[in-house]
Amino acid sequence: MSLRRPAKNQPEIFEFSPSSLEEANKIVSKYPKGKQQSAVMALLYIAQKQNDNWIPLVAMKYIAKFLDMPYIKVYEVATFYTMYNLSPVGKYFVQVCTTTPCMIRGANKLVEACKEKISDKENELSNDKSCSWMEVECLGACVNAPMMQINDDYYEDLDKEKTVEIFDKILKGEDPKPGSYRGRLNTEPENNRKTLMDVKNA
Amino acid sequence: MPKLKVNDIEVEVEDGLTVLQACEKAGAEIPRFCYHEKLSIAGNCRMCLVEMEKSPKPIASCAMPATEGMNIKTNTPFVEKARKGVMEFLLANHPLDCPVCDQGGECDLQDQSMFYGVDKSRFKENKRAVPEKHMGPLIKTQMTRCIHCTRCVRFATEVAGVSELGAIGRGEDMQITTYLEQSMQSELSANVIDLCPVGALTSKPYVFEARPWELKKTETVDVMDAVGSNVRVDTYDWEVKRVLPLINEDINEEWISDKTRYACDGLSNQRLDTPFIKYNGKFEKASWSEVFKIIKSKFENSSKDKVCGFVGDLTNMETGYIFKEFFDRTLNNNNYDSRSDSRFLDNSERQNYIFNSSINGIEDADLIFLIGANPRYEATILNARIRKAFVNNNTKVISLNDSGDLTYPYKNLDGQTKTIKTIFEGSEEISKEIISAIKPMIIIGESLLKLNSAEHLFNLIKNFLKKNNKFTEDWNPLNILSCDAATVGNFDLGILNSEKNLLEELKSNKFEIVFLVGQDNLEFNKKDEFVIYQGSHGDKGAEIADIILPGSAYTEQDGYFTNLEGKIQKAYKASYPPGEAKEDWQIINELAEVMNNRKLFNDKEELESSMFNYLKLQQEKRTTDNKEKTNLEFQNEKLNIQLKDYYFSNVIARSSKTMIECNNSKLNIKSTGTEG
Repeated sequence: MSLRRPAKNQPEIFEFSPSSLEEANKIVSKYPKGKQQSAVMALLYIAQKQNDNWIPLVAMKYIAKFLDMPYIKVYEVATFYTMYNLSPVGKYFVQVCTTTPCMIRGANKLVEACKEKISDKENELSNDKSCSWMEVECLGACVNAPMMQINDDYYEDLDKEKTVEIFDKILKGEDPKPGSYRGRLNTEPENNRKTLMDVKNA
Repeated sequence: MPKLKVNDIEVEVEDGLTVLQACEKAGAEIPRFCYHEKLSIAGNCRMCLVEMEKSPKPIASCAMPATEGMNIKTNTPFVEKARKGVMEFLLANHPLDCPVCDQGGECDLQDQSMFYGVDKSRFKENKRAVPEKHMGPLIKTQMTRCIHCTRCVRFATEVAGVSELGAIGRGEDMQITTYLEQSMQSELSANVIDLCPVGALTSKPYVFEARPWELKKTETVDVMDAVGSNVRVDTYDWEVKRVLPLINEDINEEWISDKTRYACDGLSNQRLDTPFIKYNGKFEKASWSEVFKIIKSKFENSSKDKVCGFVGDLTNMETGYIFKEFFDRTLNNNNYDSRSDSRFLDNSERQNYIFNSSINGIEDADLIFLIGANPRYEATILNARIRKAFVNNNTKVISLNDSGDLTYPYKNLDGQTKTIKTIFEGSEEISKEIISAIKPMIIIGESLLKLNSAEHLFNLIKNFLKKNNKFTEDWNPLNILSCDAATVGNFDLGILNSEKNLLEELKSNKFEIVFLVGQDNLEFNKKDEFVIYQGSHGDKGAEIADIILPGSAYTEQDGYFTNLEGKIQKAYKASYPPGEAKEDWQIINELAEVMNNRKLFNDKEELESSMFNYLKLQQEKRTTDNKEKTNLEFQNEKLNIQLKDYYFSNVIARSSKTMIECNNSKLNIKSTGTEG
């Protein structure tokens, strides 16, 4: 895990958009009065979603004021959890699983594709600043290994060519179809099931 | 009251205490890093592990409540092995730089590793390195040494009331820092240096100055404000190297303010080390006999009532007393005062000028009303106590003025004296709150006493409290917040002139000779007056002087100080006055001898016993006359809190480079404009 520090280039202003604000108020209202600080994690996530997958310092300040808590407390939370990105990761944030099952099924080829198509190093933006990638631990989709996550969607049953195709699409600004890339529905067995043949609706 | 066994010794402890406290009661010392009596419990260093019967694992004694029937063992091989394991983990990432670490010799980790440390490390990997953090001009950081006890974080949040420190990152990457490495905006910030059990936070001004065992330690009191914090002054040769807090639960608990701690380098700057005489606008060095001779002839050539004297804000009581005796006995006049402003004072009763509820009383109070006082800057330690009361009891605080951030929330009013009038005439919501409060505290600042209608307001407040029976046997709600160390002592000694307004006369140049003892705050245009200045530092007073008599600072002479609550405490001599300078009482005594061929006192002991006699008589003489004064003038005024510049409030602080740096760091914060 790399050191998690805020980016050097920081925007000057941050404000919740009307829809984010509505969502934030809804979450804050779940907590008793005086305990609204409990909403800090949810609000950081809303801010991250709104701001192209990363949280600038102004957003932390904004949230600290929003919840009436010290800046450092928000900063502590944001630096503690790895799913909060503190520097720009691009509109498309690629997370490649390299834990054992994916690794056995060839996750290193996916990493190669990332290096060729996006950037040489992890956590670095692509040339057009729209995309970055990083290796992560198990994303819980081992049945469909190797796989990767782009923003909220899983892309599964990949190999190098398919990965490159996906990257070509996202670099053009298109949204590729999520799910299995070998034509499977979710995690069903390939070429029809081999077990429990006598059960009808298995 | 649970009973438990510690190493087969039975102890009974109060409810809510921890196993660690029970062990201490049984005489078993428990090593610890993160646990501190005055802070909340974190339980993250694991050094305090003990064995508990029926528990398969050792328990962290600091975080385990003591309960009935526990059987604790602290000296078994099991415990020792567990603690050794913890110590090995702590040392895994701790650098072995004790020879260049300022904490060396007073380091908890160093001490405890002597017992629990292993002589070699099994940790073969690279040690982690953490970049240094900027925490302002007082705190030097070396974060590689940090063991993440979070004492500093808890202190900043809980006691100082500024949540600026925090732990960012996690696991091996966890780092203690201020928000974006800004300097800590607290007047108590340097206490984290004492709290740090290792050398991660050390003192910046004291860096590489001395080792603790080389220093001579003198237990004394502080004079930077009127609280009278108990401190330990560490000296190397004659130079004061540092000032550390001493524990006094009634006054400063364990903390001291940054000014108390770091103004000490002002003791070696701008010092007056020899007598001076002004010839043609230039100071020239002189001998004691020369200056005494000149002073004598000056006194002889002017009439008695053309002489006046003022005592300053840092003089001890002996000096004040002998100064008064000098005027009473040698000069036969009473043109002396200790006030440098025209503040109202009714010294017929002692309660009219002291902090009657006492500092400990703050914790019992249920309502605190600040009138013309900003305790954060006027008495930092006292403010920490108000914060403690707020945190523990949710004490309600009302302030007449908007004083900015006092580290606790308060309700602020409009700052007009009219408001005080209506409140204490009993017609406001707040009046009812004061009446219904069992232990209200009215804290009156010096700014109120300087107003034109101060007398009216003061009596109004006092009578209101009397009428509503707020003065009881164990509670006195009337509190005056003095700002200077000498104020209450001087008032006790009666260094006042209530017959005439000396200041006005001085300003209209009615005097021929002005004798200033450590008094640098007088504002008057000097004309033909002959000014004698006796003091320790070359400051405003020395600037206008014709003759300078070099005196001593508070660390260079024994002397009594009465703090704002009226507690008399002795400051002990830790060092020597520089050069030709003498102790203050001695100078006046010798001057008296030159003038009358007779010393005022034979020695210090005689002076002290005479002074205490006087104080006793004075106390007996005071009758509680309950004459209500009426028909006092009232006019509505805006009550502005006149704060002295916090870091430059007295001569010692003004001469201190560290204080200048502190002030600059504050200014820089203000000017960035990005903090809002």
